[in-house]
Amino acid sequence: MADFRESMFSLRKGKFDIQMVDGGSGPDLLYLHGEQGFSGWAPFLDSLAENFHVYAPAHPGVGESLGLEHLDDLWDLVLFYEELMTALGIEGAAVIGHSYGGMVAAELAAHRKGLVSRMTLVSSLGLWLDDTPTLDFFTLTPSEEPKAYWFNPECEAAGSTFAMPDDPVEKQEAMIERAKTLSSLGKFIWPIPERGLPKRAHRIGVPTLLVWGDSDTVVPPEYAESFRELIPGSELDVIDNCGHLPQYERPDRFVISVAAFLSR
Amino acid sequence: MKISYFHLMPYQDLPRDFESKHRSAWVDLPNEHFDPEKGGQYYKDYIAQLQHADSLGFDGICVNEHHCNAYGLMPSPNLMASILTQTTSNSALVVLGNSLALYQPPLRVAEEMAMLDIMSGGRLVAGFPVGTSMDTTFSYGQVPLQLRERHSEAHDLIMKSWSERKPFAFNGKYTKLRYVNIWPRPLQQPHPPVWIPGSGSLETWDWVLNRNYVYCYLSYFGYQRAEKVVQGYWNTVAERGIDDNPHRFGFLQLVCVSETDEQAEKDYAEHVKYFYQKMLWIYPPFAEAPGYRSIYSMRNSARAQTGKETAKAALEMGWKDYVEKGHVIAGSPSTVREQLTDAVKRLRIGHLMCLLHIGSMPDEIARKNTELFAKEVMPGMQGIFSEYEDPWWPQALNKPVAAPAVG
Repeated sequence: MADFRESMFSLRKGKFDIQMVDGGSGPDLLYLHGEQGFSGWAPFLDSLAENFHVYAPAHPGVGESLGLEHLDDLWDLVLFYEELMTALGIEGAAVIGHSYGGMVAAELAAHRKGLVSRMTLVSSLGLWLDDTPTLDFFTLTPSEEPKAYWFNPECEAAGSTFAMPDDPVEKQEAMIERAKTLSSLGKFIWPIPERGLPKRAHRIGVPTLLVWGDSDTVVPPEYAESFRELIPGSELDVIDNCGHLPQYERPDRFVISVAAFLSR
Repeated sequence: MKISYFHLMPYQDLPRDFESKHRSAWVDLPNEHFDPEKGGQYYKDYIAQLQHADSLGFDGICVNEHHCNAYGLMPSPNLMASILTQTTSNSALVVLGNSLALYQPPLRVAEEMAMLDIMSGGRLVAGFPVGTSMDTTFSYGQVPLQLRERHSEAHDLIMKSWSERKPFAFNGKYTKLRYVNIWPRPLQQPHPPVWIPGSGSLETWDWVLNRNYVYCYLSYFGYQRAEKVVQGYWNTVAERGIDDNPHRFGFLQLVCVSETDEQAEKDYAEHVKYFYQKMLWIYPPFAEAPGYRSIYSMRNSARAQTGKETAKAALEMGWKDYVEKGHVIAGSPSTVREQLTDAVKRLRIGHLMCLLHIGSMPDEIARKNTELFAKEVMPGMQGIFSEYEDPWWPQALNKPVAAPAVG
């Protein structure tokens, strides 16, 4: 396992305090998590850390990250991440964004040239197709989540990383953390996760890889096609027998694809 | 104490097996189940029932706002109240209320309520609920995390628009208006009484007490279960050194009156069951969008009273359980009076709201319940707490009431 550290990173004179893990060596790589929440130094991050210095923050309002009350809309959010990257000294990093994090990554790339060097969008939100709505994951009960998120709800990560604890006290804490994560992200994507990205996508001038599970029921693969049309020159890699969380459900396959693309 | 007649205007004809085929009576129950012909008849009946209550001497008649559901067919309570301004003359019109976060600009609420106040001769009570999660976040798409802040800002705008006599600018986070200058303005001065319905959120109590409003706890699970929550409210009042005038508090109770205890079951059991089994059939995630309640409230207050678990519990319950647990206060006039008086005194209810049309009650049954309540139960009860003034009531209607003959 690569060396990594857990830290709190303060921004705007303490208005924000951001929980983060980082580690590994090589070019900078920023990972932005999705609505499943912050899960620390995940195995796929550890694999990527062999070739990159990986930074994985928790979004404001998620985990220990504070400062969400200073962000009212997408514009605030994009500027926040721009400042965070500058403060970390990782302007021009490669960025991987999953689902909600993918939407944020795409907005960052569209926002300013040079902020993002290469980008991977995994099962990304940010668009809306009337005929193929994204799943309303805000309304899933914990017992419905496994079926929605995994191709194989019995897979290893399903039973470990995202399983609800049995202990009632731990379970209540997990439920509260889940509500906290969803409500924080909801500030920018409730009730429909589309905030005008199609108007700005033409500004994304960086090499982009789209990674999708072939059985993603949350953001169906039709969205991958739409992203491909919107982002000039983007490539698509569909992973078979895989749901909404390729980096957890098929980590080896995911890392091979993404590491190869980002190292080009 | 004031006693008001509360109406939900439910849809009465959901298919028998609806709850086995649909996950919720709110948000996503297809409106193919709504029959507009029947709907027209309900509105006729329901408006007449509210007028009937006015003529029977209820202190107030209450309407309320709900969206995308079979539980309450009043997306616009103001439309109903508007009719009542012209066809009733004695009761306060308790609009409980308008969900402030749903209107942009919220000035619409200030204007419509001013119209209602004037049209009723100053009989309006203005209710400003946050609104249920089903209504606000799902049906009207409000961001859960911003709902309370939006509600609070809208409240500030409305109250200022009622009190200012010169145009002013309002630079809010959610509403920006260069010219705020409502025409008409309310008749009651400085403004109509304000009531805030809540479901036990701790932060609501402080919000209400900071502004000296009435807090209303709308419970469907009876005064026994509510007692802990209500005690929490009164403890907060005491901790803050505020007087314990019972009129600071409003409470909703389901009530069924008949000739005898046995007859009450015969008359009402089926309709009460319809209410608990069908009207409160809510898919749990709809009852609590992430962020609808603060983390503080999630940790510290009772679970939301809606949701499948409660509905499931109610599903397995029968008339005896509803009555024994106090979900419904039911029986002969003397049984009801005794229990209701006990509830009023234990919870310190200065504003009692009674739900007397319940679930699938046809017009004649609802009228029987209302009439028996008004004639056999209500007299004497209104004198409870008569030693306290009620500044949260339309002053034009604030007449002295005799204390009850028997304590």
